[in-house]
Amino acid sequence: MHGLINRGIQRFVTDSYGAAKWRAVTRSAGLDFTDFEAMWIYDDAVTPAVLAAVCDVLDRPYEELMEDIGTFLVSHAKVEALRRLLRFGGVTFIDFLHSLDDLPDRARLAVPDLELPRLELMERSAEEYSLRCYGEHAGWGYLFMGVLRAMADDYGVLAYLDHKGSEGGCEIVEITLLETQFASDKGFDLGARSA
Amino acid sequence: MHVVLGRCGTVRFAGPTAQKIYPKGLIGRRFLDVFEIKRPREITDIESLYDRTGARLNLRFCDPPHRQLKGVVMEGPEVGQMTVNLSFGISIVDAVSEYKLTAADFAATDLTVEMLYLVEAKSAAMEASHQLNERLQVARVQAEEQALTDTLTGLRNRRAMDYELAEIISERQPFTLMHADLDFFKAVNDTLGHAAGDFVLQAVAKIMTDETREVDVVARVGGDEFVLLIKGTEDHILIDRIAQRIIKRLGEPMEFAGDVCRISGSIGTVIAGDYPQPTADLLLGDADAALYAAKNAGRSMHVFFQPDMRTASKIA
Repeated sequence: MHGLINRGIQRFVTDSYGAAKWRAVTRSAGLDFTDFEAMWIYDDAVTPAVLAAVCDVLDRPYEELMEDIGTFLVSHAKVEALRRLLRFGGVTFIDFLHSLDDLPDRARLAVPDLELPRLELMERSAEEYSLRCYGEHAGWGYLFMGVLRAMADDYGVLAYLDHKGSEGGCEIVEITLLETQFASDKGFDLGARSA
Repeated sequence: MHVVLGRCGTVRFAGPTAQKIYPKGLIGRRFLDVFEIKRPREITDIESLYDRTGARLNLRFCDPPHRQLKGVVMEGPEVGQMTVNLSFGISIVDAVSEYKLTAADFAATDLTVEMLYLVEAKSAAMEASHQLNERLQVARVQAEEQALTDTLTGLRNRRAMDYELAEIISERQPFTLMHADLDFFKAVNDTLGHAAGDFVLQAVAKIMTDETREVDVVARVGGDEFVLLIKGTEDHILIDRIAQRIIKRLGEPMEFAGDVCRISGSIGTVIAGDYPQPTADLLLGDADAALYAAKNAGRSMHVFFQPDMRTASKIA
């Protein structure tokens, strides 16, 4: 698994719960190092082991944890770069939803060896969508649910999100738009490059 | 973005993005007063521009900072009018923040926003790689600090010697500690240069390694200071023989790049068995005092420590 993903999990734990908790996670997962490198490829078995250890150490259910990580990655000030990159997907939240199909390709454009699960958006009406997420590991659906929740907030949209479980190796997240101008858009300045 | 020009080259209409990039107002201005056409060079007036419909134009603003644009001129939309389609090319990255452009300023099929995404994503990825390099650099410096080898001579360094000395004391094994120091080394360095100095240190290292056994420890602990731990023996005669052999060889001329380097060495020695409770500080301090006595007695001397040397070296 790509270091960016593992590093994201590490950032979530250290920024939200402190470095001591992260050390407990690395011990529990049996890692012989404490810091993930963002631009490094790790064995695929490492990520599930780390996630299981995070659940143990923080005493939180897996699904809830994945959703929180997703929200953290987009909404935390320290990882502003990711929010901006996602905002390139569309001017409105609905444009953004439609851009999700391209997300794995966009990610690979930036980091060639970064593999994200294939995503597919189904539009059932102007207000109702469902996102199909073909992740290799269970739980990506919850992570994207967290990402969507944070992005809805970013666009100032009120949306109801519901994880519908999985069928045939694909997790389904239902998205219902309740109000498209619920709060003010956090804004996206095309030229304001974040470092 | 585009502008429409009348027959004599005056801007009649400017699209919303074109208006943004020239806040003084384009309408009514002569096109060639605002933009300078850099290529094709033949275009010097409006007639020659109108003759080049479909050609790729390189333009720049007449006003500083003379931002560059690309363009193409076409006839229309009305008879006698010309339309100039403009774009920023790769200077778009700066133009976007300068003119506060948004996604709405680009056509749905225009890939500019994708390009901006890519620039930003690549910068973020580069930044992450850059941080990795920085961390590796720090790790390298740390590793060097923790290293046990003196990189110039291949001998053990001060750290390694401290560690070995502590180890051997705690094992309560018999051993001898020699503190050696070179005479005239500074002169070699000053007159023949650092390369000669480095050569001498390497030669000295070889002599000391040759004259001791594998189990013994030879360390360079300072510029031209060495500590030798001779394990398993406290025999004065044997130790003195080793020391004398080293001193003799140090005194032989060494040739470096056609120059002859002359140095000599002095050695002060302590025997661990002479102490009921040897400690590293005590042994090193007394060996230093013995070395001091050896130097005072003349060059190329080997001296065993005697308790009266402690006060002697302190007074000096």
